[in-house]
Formats: sequence, C-alpha cells, structure tokens
Amino acid sequence: MTEAPIIEMRGISKRFGPTYDAAARVTRALSRRFGNEPRNETVRAVDNVSLSVFRGEVVGLVGESGCGKSTLGRMVAGIMPPTEGQVFFKGKDITTLPTDQAKDAKLKVQMIFQDPYASLNPRLRVDEIVGEAPRVHGLIPNNDFDGYLDAQMRRAGLDPAFKRRYPHQFSGGQRQRIGIARALAVQPEFLVCDEAVAALDVSIQAQILNLFMDLRRELDLTYLFISHDLGVVEHLSDRVLIMYLGRIVESARAEDVFSRPNHPYTQALLSEVPRIDARKRHFTAIKGEIPSPIAPPSGCHFHPRCPHAMPRCAIEAPAFKEVAPGHGSACHLNDG
Amino acid sequence: MSVTLEVRNLRTHFHTRGGILKAVDDVSFSVEQGQVMGLVGESGSGKSVTGFSIIGLVDPPGRIAGGQILYRGQDLAKISEREMRSLRGNRIAMIFQDPMMTLNPVLRIDTQMIETVQAHANVSKAEARTRSRDALGMVGIPSPEERLNSYPHQFSGGMRQRVAIAIALLHNPDLLIADEPTTALDVTIQAQILAEVQKLAAEHGTALIWITHDLSVIAGLADRIAVMYAGRVVESGDAASVLDRPLHPYTHGLIGSVPSRNKRGEKLRQIPGMTPSLLSLPPGCAFRTRCARATAACGQEPPEESPETGRMVRCFHPMEAVSA
Repeated sequence: MTEAPIIEMRGISKRFGPTYDAAARVTRALSRRFGNEPRNETVRAVDNVSLSVFRGEVVGLVGESGCGKSTLGRMVAGIMPPTEGQVFFKGKDITTLPTDQAKDAKLKVQMIFQDPYASLNPRLRVDEIVGEAPRVHGLIPNNDFDGYLDAQMRRAGLDPAFKRRYPHQFSGGQRQRIGIARALAVQPEFLVCDEAVAALDVSIQAQILNLFMDLRRELDLTYLFISHDLGVVEHLSDRVLIMYLGRIVESARAEDVFSRPNHPYTQALLSEVPRIDARKRHFTAIKGEIPSPIAPPSGCHFHPRCPHAMPRCAIEAPAFKEVAPGHGSACHLNDG
Repeated sequence: MSVTLEVRNLRTHFHTRGGILKAVDDVSFSVEQGQVMGLVGESGSGKSVTGFSIIGLVDPPGRIAGGQILYRGQDLAKISEREMRSLRGNRIAMIFQDPMMTLNPVLRIDTQMIETVQAHANVSKAEARTRSRDALGMVGIPSPEERLNSYPHQFSGGMRQRVAIAIALLHNPDLLIADEPTTALDVTIQAQILAEVQKLAAEHGTALIWITHDLSVIAGLADRIAVMYAGRVVESGDAASVLDRPLHPYTHGLIGSVPSRNKRGEKLRQIPGMTPSLLSLPPGCAFRTRCARATAACGQEPPEESPETGRMVRCFHPMEAVSA
C-alpha cells in the first residue's frame, strides 16, 4: 500500500509505576547500598509494540485480561500518552504537529468503551452527551443543533424523541448506541472499540455488531476492535493481532490466524475457545495461569505455559518475524 | 439412569411495589445422574432465579408461588428450612458467578473449608482438613497443603473459582448448580474449569445444572438444553438437536446471533427489539413483539408441545413446521 497508514505506532511502550516521594527514594537508595535490590514495582503494560492500521481496515486485537490490549487501545485513541515510542496519524508524528492540527488529528480518532453504564455521565441528558463535543468543536453546520443531533442519534439506531432522557432510562444496548452516537458526532475516521459488546446480551450484541458493520460501509470507517472474544473478532476483522503480556505475539490476516495459527499461544487460545458448532467436546486445559505483568517470565513471556518451550525460550525474547507474507509471529520455533 | 432432580411447573414470584414480578413462571425440566443440563437465557430471563429456587435461596420479596422441585422424589419447595439446610452444601451445592462473593474475605481458606466439612459430617478437625486438602488437589490447585493457609485475596480469579468449586464438592453432591461460573474468567482459565467440571460429572455421577448466556460453552458441555425467555422455558431437548434444529424462533434467533455461526463479514441474523421488562409482559407469548412469525394467535399463551420425543417447544409457529 502506498498510502500512509491512518494510524501507525512505532516501538510503543507504556509503563505504570509508583511515583516515589523523597522518603521512599531515600529508603530505596539505602537498601540498594546495603545490597538489597528494591522490588521492581513497574508494570510494563505495553512493551515495545509496533502496529499500523490502514484506511478502511478492521483490525482485531485479541488477548486475555492484563495483556495490555486496553492500554494499547487508549494510546491509539490518544487518550493516554505512551511512555516511549511514536504515534503517527496519516504519516505525521502527532507530538510534533502544531496544536490545531494535533487537535484535529485527535478528533478523527474516537473511542467506544466496554461498560455502557460507566462511560456515560449519569447527570447529563442524551442531547448533551452526544451534542457537546461537536458544538464545542464547531462541527455543527448552520447552527442547526437539533437537526444535527437527530441525525447522529438516528444513525446509531436511537429514536431522537428520547434525546431529553438520562442514561439510566435506557437499556444496556441502547446505552451502547448512545456511546456510538457520541463517538460519531465529531465525524471521526477511526474508531477504537474496547470490548464494546462484551457487556451485552447475545441478541443485543448481534445488533451492535451489525451496526458497526453498517457504519463502516456508510462512513468509510476504520476500526481497531479490541476483544477477548475470538468469535466476534473472527467475524469482524480483516487482520488480527494477538497480544500476550504486553507484547504482540502474532499478527496476520484473519483467515490465516484462524486457519494457520503460528504462535503456540494463538494455537492454544484457538483450541480452547468454546464454539457453538463443537458438540460435547472434551475440554483440555492449557496449563498454568497468566503471569503477573509486574514480574513477567524472562525471555518469551509464554514459555512457562508453552508445550514446545526450549531452554532458549527462557533466556532470549523471540523477535517478531514474518513467517509468511503478511503473517508475523514472535516464536523461536520459526528459526528452524 | 435415575433422575436426580425434576422441576415441575415451578413459579417464583417477587412481590414488588410495581406489581407481581413473575421471574420464573411455569418452568419444568429434569436432570439425570451424571448429566449436564444447560439452562440458557439472556439477562432477566429467570435462569438464575430458577437456580436459587432449587437450592432454597430466594429472598423476600421473592417466594416460590407454586410447582414442585423434586430431588429424588422429595419436594424441596415443601420441606422446612432445617431440612433444606441439611441438604444444601451437602447433597446439593451451588457455584456462583463471582467467587469473591462466595468466599469470606477475612477467613483463611482452611477455616472456611473445615467449617463446611464439619457442618455435614461428624469428623475431627484433622480429618476435615485432610478432606479439604484433597478437594483442593482435585480441582487442580498446586500445593494444596500450603494454599489452605491462604486468604481469598491471595488467589487469582481462576484459582478462587476453583476454591469455590472445591468447597461445593466437599461432600460429593448429587446435584451441582453452576450459575455462570466462568463468565468472569479468561478463555484459557475457563477451559481449565470446564475440563474439571466435565471430569466430575463423568467420574462421580454428579448431575449438573449449568446456567449461562453463552451458547458456545453450552454446546461443548451440555447433554440437554433448556432455553429460557422472560421466565419461561420456551424450548428444551438434547443439546445437539436444539442447536442444530431449533424449533422456537427465539432459539433460532439466539443461535443466529452468535458470530462464529455466521459467515465472516456477513450480517448477523439479529433479533430485533430488546428483552421485555418482566413487570409489563404482553399477554400471550412474551416473545411475540420481537418475533417475525407472530400472528394473532400468539396473543394466547402457547402450550408446551412435544413435536418429537425428548423435545419441548412453547410456540404456535415452530420453525420446522414451515421449514427453517
């Protein structure tokens, strides 16, 4: 593709750690002097991740809890600054853009959150929730606030007659539609959906997924779709990224990930997903727990649970390499 | 095989200020020894209240308004609280969705487990501790002897759920009710729990009622399925035939809503509208406002019909009558 990716991240890391006050710094320095290395309390939520998303693509980001997928999503959406690395919007580094252009770039990337109960201000009416941002940013043509608002609500499948209601007067699925209308009201090009359907009932989830697909066609939207549900991701995505403990372990087109998974973690994950067409099967468990991201295992983070682990896996972190065109994986097994 | 539990025309109603809420309204099903029965439904369908009714944990303003819950021929809806207490946690056990809610956060695991053992068995504390340790080992908790001394917060979510399962299994119950026990867990951890539970049903002949909204889990686990909608079982039968040839339009829609059943990128077959409020149910079939096949006849309540052996459907226009 010659066009610059709509979002590109290079070597992004995010670390969360305590901020030490003077006393804590002194004690830590003292204990270091007496030979006790103080405990490392920094979480590497996202560890040197690079990704690019092209216009019109739906990229699925899959991982279990604590793998850093939400943190990565928030950095893509620009609501959390990375500790290290660069974010490019249409080929331009966001941090070096002039303020007004950076603001525009940020508006073009919007986020939809998991919990439709916690992500809407309970004290605002729907018209304020949806209409506030476009009004502030001057996006409403001819001062036709009501007309603009009604169009936004209808597009998300909400009846504009409900615009004077509060969030608590809506069901979970409708609240998620309010969140979608709010995100779309500022005319974004890119949506980050963080577990946007996880809290919904199956029948409502299908409605929202269909809405996402309709909007993609209508508005030429690009999505980063974060989910732990492989069924949802398989259904929606063109390309899939698999994350484990802060690192992307595999990236490929959706069909390739689901038909020819390369990384042992992806293989394990796929074999354990309950599927509706698999009847009365025998569940076999991948051993072990997901390690704490405060103290991830050395080398390849997956090696303590991996059935193919070799001595090398505990020492050296595998590099992310292309194993087939457009199919990357981080595993020592690929070195032959 | 012998029937462990038979629920007949169970009604559990909540007397609220807004009127009588019929959370469970005329529900019947049965579970045999060693069988896994999947109770499927969306939020508010009454699936959890059905579970609570069986184990006698419906709190006021709710009460069992009618029907029978026959555990080995004994009606649990009629027995005294004292008799229920001798069964609960002993012959009948339950696992809940949130293990943090079932474990006491200020007591060590051994305290909680020994108490459970001694509640129903006249054994010494040392013997109770041994049994607890064995139960922890059985559900796959590494080094159970040391883990007995831990507090609930020292376990991860998956491990905590295992502890809750171990406690439920202390007395080798005949009937285990599991209310969405893996919903809060990650995929790999969920598979571990499902593997344990499958082994249990096979090895100990425990009858299992697995309450969930997740059809994919049920497909892999259950022998029989009952689908609930707005307090009623709308369809039941053996798992494979219900999932392959659903009769009720709601079941049909629900299966169509699962992404992996659909072609990639195609539109999901969605059910329009939303789950109704139980306080303002339309008369007749509760699903008719969302149903494409509804006719004037659906204003009447559809009776339970059995179009083939082992299947039940509550619908005037079942799917196969016309061709699905």
